[in-house]
Amino acid sequence: MSGPILSVEGLGMRFGGFRALHGVTASFPARMLTSVIGPNGAGKSTFFNLISGAFAPSEGRIAFEGRDITGTPQHRFAALGIAKSFQITNVFPALTALENVRIAAQALVSRHDVWRRRDELPGLAEEARSLLEEVGLTHRAGAPAGSLAHGEQRSLEIAMALASRPRLLLLDEPTAGMSPKETVVAMELIRRLARERTVILVEHKMKLVMGISDRLLVLHHGELLAEGAPEEIRAHPEVRRVYLGERA
Amino acid sequence: MRAVADWFFRHPVLGAGFFILILPFITPYTALAVMILVYGLYALGFNIMYGHVGLLSFGHSALLGGGAYACGIALVHLGLPWGACILAGTLAGTLIAFVMGALAVRTRGIYFAMVTLALSQVAYFGFYQAEPWTGGENGLRGVNLRTLGIPGLSLDFTTPAVRYTVIGLLVWGAVALLARILASPFGAAMLAVRENEARAKACGFDVRLVRLQAMTLSGAFCGLAGALLALHLSIVPIETLHYTTSGVAVMMAILGGSNTFFGPFVGAAVFLFLESVVSTRTEHWPLVVGVVFVLFILLARQGIWGTLVARLR
Ligand SMILES: Nc1ncnc2c1ncn2[C@@H]1O[C@H](COP(=O)(O)OP(=O)(O)OP(=O)(O)O)[C@@H](O)[C@H]1O
Ligand SMILES: [Mg+2]
Repeated sequence: MSGPILSVEGLGMRFGGFRALHGVTASFPARMLTSVIGPNGAGKSTFFNLISGAFAPSEGRIAFEGRDITGTPQHRFAALGIAKSFQITNVFPALTALENVRIAAQALVSRHDVWRRRDELPGLAEEARSLLEEVGLTHRAGAPAGSLAHGEQRSLEIAMALASRPRLLLLDEPTAGMSPKETVVAMELIRRLARERTVILVEHKMKLVMGISDRLLVLHHGELLAEGAPEEIRAHPEVRRVYLGERA
Repeated sequence: MRAVADWFFRHPVLGAGFFILILPFITPYTALAVMILVYGLYALGFNIMYGHVGLLSFGHSALLGGGAYACGIALVHLGLPWGACILAGTLAGTLIAFVMGALAVRTRGIYFAMVTLALSQVAYFGFYQAEPWTGGENGLRGVNLRTLGIPGLSLDFTTPAVRYTVIGLLVWGAVALLARILASPFGAAMLAVRENEARAKACGFDVRLVRLQAMTLSGAFCGLAGALLALHLSIVPIETLHYTTSGVAVMMAILGGSNTFFGPFVGAAVFLFLESVVSTRTEHWPLVVGVVFVLFILLARQGIWGTLVARLR
């Protein structure tokens, strides 16, 4: 299937009287890496929060694989097939890296069962281990997540998002706070992940995503300014104007 | 020493069994040992919310007290057999916790503490007013269980050794069940909610439902503790429902170490031991216990058991 995996129509969000996002209509083709870019405060995280269910939109609709999911509680998103990593790192700090990923994987199959032992659930520990390997954290499996370096925590979060086996992976500035070296490794990882699933990446550094994105969406002042292939966006006069002076 | 400690931490249920086995030999009198069992269970039940889900409840007196009254009423007014009385107490704790949880789980932090405190006050006045059933301010008297009928056997519950053995076995069973629940998939859900609510939701956990389920479970354990308390004391004082009883659970859990499985039980033992030793010497015993508590908060933040676990690991 080559139809859109996610589409939004007239999406808007108000915080009190402030319009953080307004009238965004867009669709995201399956198995592509689409980046949502825009300067600071453009509404990228707000957009991300809406499509990941953190808040219900004030206006507009969201459809995933043809189903209207507007207003679905956030905790259902993982089961739908949508997972995310946050702009601000969110892990389970006191638990080991391995346990972080194992719990994320467990959440898909068992959440309220008090009768079984969780170490008897088949396959979860193995799955967690292989996900840690995928993001390059095998050597840190036994360390408490809170003791990991910032960049490692970001990678751990991606592993946790992958543990819910998403068909749509949402990443909000996954390289925020990473060193240039870590950033290169992370972008390589994201490119690899995008081969097998749809990825929507939110990023304010345009340069960073130009090379790896199939498509780009540009937000500015809460509105959709432009969308298209990287070359089109690069040449877009409005986008050039918005990003002028912000050489990312 | 390290090997012994390690064994203890790796087998918490057997360790708890060992603790319960030696307890009556290290306490000055058996009644104190029974109180430690009961309050140890209460503190463990409280710590499901505090240590494992990360919510500070200030209303757990309603769960202990509700369990105690239900058990007492079942015995005094309904004349039910002892097993049914204990079950009634457990169910009452469960039910009260469910209602409290349903009203409180949308809040967190200090608001959760305030809502649960307010609801426990409602319980206090409810039981206080229902005098024909509860004895009002005099408490429920005459909760006298003399003989325990077990198929093929009749035991004299007034004998300290019998009483300790019966209550000890029930508490040990509850401890084993709790350890098992904490090792379940739901146990991990509680940790996820405690550690990071936003991430827990993103993983797919319904945070409110996890909290409600945990609160209800907590109520079952505290209700059972309440039932055993009623049978042990032969009376349910109205003070059981007082908010200070909620505070006692907080102190025990923190004193022993809320981040460990068995810490709250150890906290209960130390708390009651101190109380019994100091209160025979001075009427200002709450002051002494309070000072010890504050010293522990300042010097051993992990609590007694928590510090031991960390040192010996
Ligand atoms: N919960 C909120 N309440 C009020 N205002 C908010 C809230 N969240 C975001 N905003 C406002 O909405 C606007 C868009 O914010 P958003 O976080 O979506 O920007 P962004 O594009 O992600 O920026 P950045 O690149 O800094 O992450 C900002 O002006 C912000 O102050
Ligand atoms: Mg943002």
